[in-house]
Amino acid sequence: MTLLQLEGVTRTVQLIDAPPLTILNGVDLDVAVGDRVSIVGRSGSGKSTLLNLLGLLDDPTTGQMHFDGRPVPSFSSGERDRVRGRDVGFIFQQFNLLQGRTALENVMTPLLYAEGRQFWQRSRIAGEMLDRVGLGHRATAMPDKLSGGEQQRVAIARSLVRGPRLILADEPTGALDLETGASVMELLDDVATASGAALVTITHDPAIAALATTHYRLDHGVLTPTDAAAMAVQA
Amino acid sequence: MKRFLSNLVGSFVEAWQEVRIHRTRVMLSLVGVAVAVCAITTVVGLGAVAGQAIQEQNETFGGRPANLSLTASMGDGSQLAPETMQGAWNTALERYDITYSTRVVSGSLLVQFADGAANVTTTGVDPSYGTMHRVRVIDGTWFTTADTERLAPAAIVNEAFYDRIGRPDLATHPTAMVLGQQNTTAVITGVTPSRWEGEEPSMFLLADAMQSLTPPPTSVPAGPGGASYQMGGQPPMYEAWVPPELATELTTALQRDVAAALGDGANVSVNRQDYAAFNDGQDPFLPIKLMVGGVAVLVLLLGALGLVNIALVTLKQRIREIGIRRSFGATAGRVFFSVMMESVVATVVAGVVGVIGAILIVKNPLVEQLIGQGMVSDFPPFPVEAAVLGMVAATFVGALAGLLPALVAVRVKVIDAIRY
Repeated sequence: MTLLQLEGVTRTVQLIDAPPLTILNGVDLDVAVGDRVSIVGRSGSGKSTLLNLLGLLDDPTTGQMHFDGRPVPSFSSGERDRVRGRDVGFIFQQFNLLQGRTALENVMTPLLYAEGRQFWQRSRIAGEMLDRVGLGHRATAMPDKLSGGEQQRVAIARSLVRGPRLILADEPTGALDLETGASVMELLDDVATASGAALVTITHDPAIAALATTHYRLDHGVLTPTDAAAMAVQA
Repeated sequence: MKRFLSNLVGSFVEAWQEVRIHRTRVMLSLVGVAVAVCAITTVVGLGAVAGQAIQEQNETFGGRPANLSLTASMGDGSQLAPETMQGAWNTALERYDITYSTRVVSGSLLVQFADGAANVTTTGVDPSYGTMHRVRVIDGTWFTTADTERLAPAAIVNEAFYDRIGRPDLATHPTAMVLGQQNTTAVITGVTPSRWEGEEPSMFLLADAMQSLTPPPTSVPAGPGGASYQMGGQPPMYEAWVPPELATELTTALQRDVAAALGDGANVSVNRQDYAAFNDGQDPFLPIKLMVGGVAVLVLLLGALGLVNIALVTLKQRIREIGIRRSFGATAGRVFFSVMMESVVATVVAGVVGVIGAILIVKNPLVEQLIGQGMVSDFPPFPVEAAVLGMVAATFVGALAGLLPALVAVRVKVIDAIRY
C-alpha cells in the first residue's frame, strides 16, 4: 500500500535580485508500507528540502504529492502537524534529544502531542518503548550522561513511540563510530519491521544505504533510482 | 473536547518542564515581577485597609450615609419648647417614612469615681443611634427601647471609664454616681471600645435621661460686654438615617416641614454630615495610591522587560528544541501557547510569591500600627480584590512578556532549526 507518492515534484526558492533557484527538480518517489528506502546525496544536493517535503514540513512548488492517498496541499496546517505527529517519526544525525530532560521524558515528548490513551498513559508507553531499545535501566539519565549510541537509541525510541507508519532517518549514524552505527541501524531495522513502518534513510554513507531494499541518488536536485550493486561498488 | 483537554494539560506539562529546567534564569528574571506584584498588591491592600478604617471611623462620628442632622433655634433667642420641637420632628419623620432617627444631646456630667469626681463627656441619644453610627459594644449591650423604662438610667461607658471603675463584671449591674442638683445612680449596661490611646472617659445616656440630669437651658441676657448666651443643657440635635439617593430631596423637605411646623421666627437648618457627603465617594488616598501604583506598574514593566530579554536571548538555543517539537507533531498553535504558558506559569508563580509578600507586609502588626495610628482597634481582613489584582497583573505581564518569544517561536523553520 502506497504511503507516500511524489510525482514530478519541484521545489524552487525565490531569491532577491536573482532568478529563482531550483532545489528539487522533477522528483518521483513511491514509498509503501514496510519499504526500506535509502537516498544518498552530497551536501547541497537538496537532501534537507526533500526531507522537509517528506515530513510534511513544506509544500512542493509544482508537481503532485500524496500522503496516504490524499493530496498534501489539501491538508490544513493543523491537520498536517497532527498527521506528522501520528504517522511520521524523525531520527536526526545529532540525535537532538531535549537537554535537561531525562531519557524517559524525551521519549514521552511526542506523546505530549497525542490525545486519549497515548496522552494520558504517556509515561507507561514511553517506559515500554525504552525497554524495547534496551535502555529501560537508563530511564532517568540525562542526555549528557548517555553515550552517543545510547542517545541515538533514545532518539529511536522517541521517534517510534507513537507507532508511526513512516520513519524518516536523516544521517542516523553520522555522529557514531562504525560499529555503534551498525548496531543502531540493526535496531532501527528491527523496530521498523516489528511495527510495519516504512523507513526512509537519507545518508551520504553508502554502507548504510546498502542496508535498504530500494536505493536512490540525489544529485543537484534530481532523484534517480540506483541498484544495490552500484551501491556496493561505491562502498 | 478530548483533544482540547490533552492539549491544555500537555501545554502546562511542557511549560512546567521548561520552567523547572531553567529555574535559575527564570527565578532571576522573576525577582522583578515578584517585587512589582508585591508592591501593587500592598498598595491596594493598604489602601483598602486604611479606607475601611477611615470609613468605620467616620461612621462612628458622622453616621452612616446618608445622615441628616437638624438643628433649630428661634431667631429672637427665645427657647423652643422641647415638646413642640419633638412634635414637629416626629410628624416629619412619619410623613417621609423614616425609620431610623435619634436625638443627640451633647454635654458633660460630673461623675463620682473612687479617686474623686470628674467631668465626663456625655452624649444623650435614642436607641437607633447605635445602628446609625455603627457603635460597637465590646461588653454588655447597646440601648434597647426597654431601657427607656428603667428607673435608674442606663449608661454605656467607654473603656477609659470602665477601666477607671475597675472593670467590674456587667452581670453584677455596676453603677456610677452622677452628681448634680440631685445625685443619680446610673447602671452601666454596656462598654464601647477605646477609639484611641489615652481617650478620656465618656458615656452615652438615653436622651430623656440626659435631659432630666442636666439643668434646663437658661438664657443669660446680654451683659455690658457681650451678647446673650445660654447656660445649662444644650438643645438636642435631631438625626435621621435616609437612603443616600434621597438625601438632597429630604434635606429640603425636612427643613421646610419642620420650619413650617415651628412657625415664623424659627431658624431650622438641616445638614448632611456623613463622610460620603464631603468627598463625593472619592478615595482620600487616591493620590498616594496613584503614585505608588504608578511606580509599581513601572517596576512591573521593567520586570517584564527583563523577562522578554532573557526569553529572547535563550530563544536562539531553544529554536532547535522548538524545531524538534514541531517535528514530533506540535502544531504552531501549540508551540505558541506553550512558549506563552511558560512565561505565564513563571509569572504566576512570581505573582503568588508577591501576593504572599504583600499579605505579610499588610498584616504585619508594625504596619497595622503605622496605618491605623492607634485609631483602629479592629483591622479588616486582607482584601481579596488586592490579591486578585496582584495575580491578574502577574498573569498579564507573563502573557505580555511571552508574546514576542511566542511569535518568534512560531516562525521557526523546522528542518533548518534541527539541522543547523
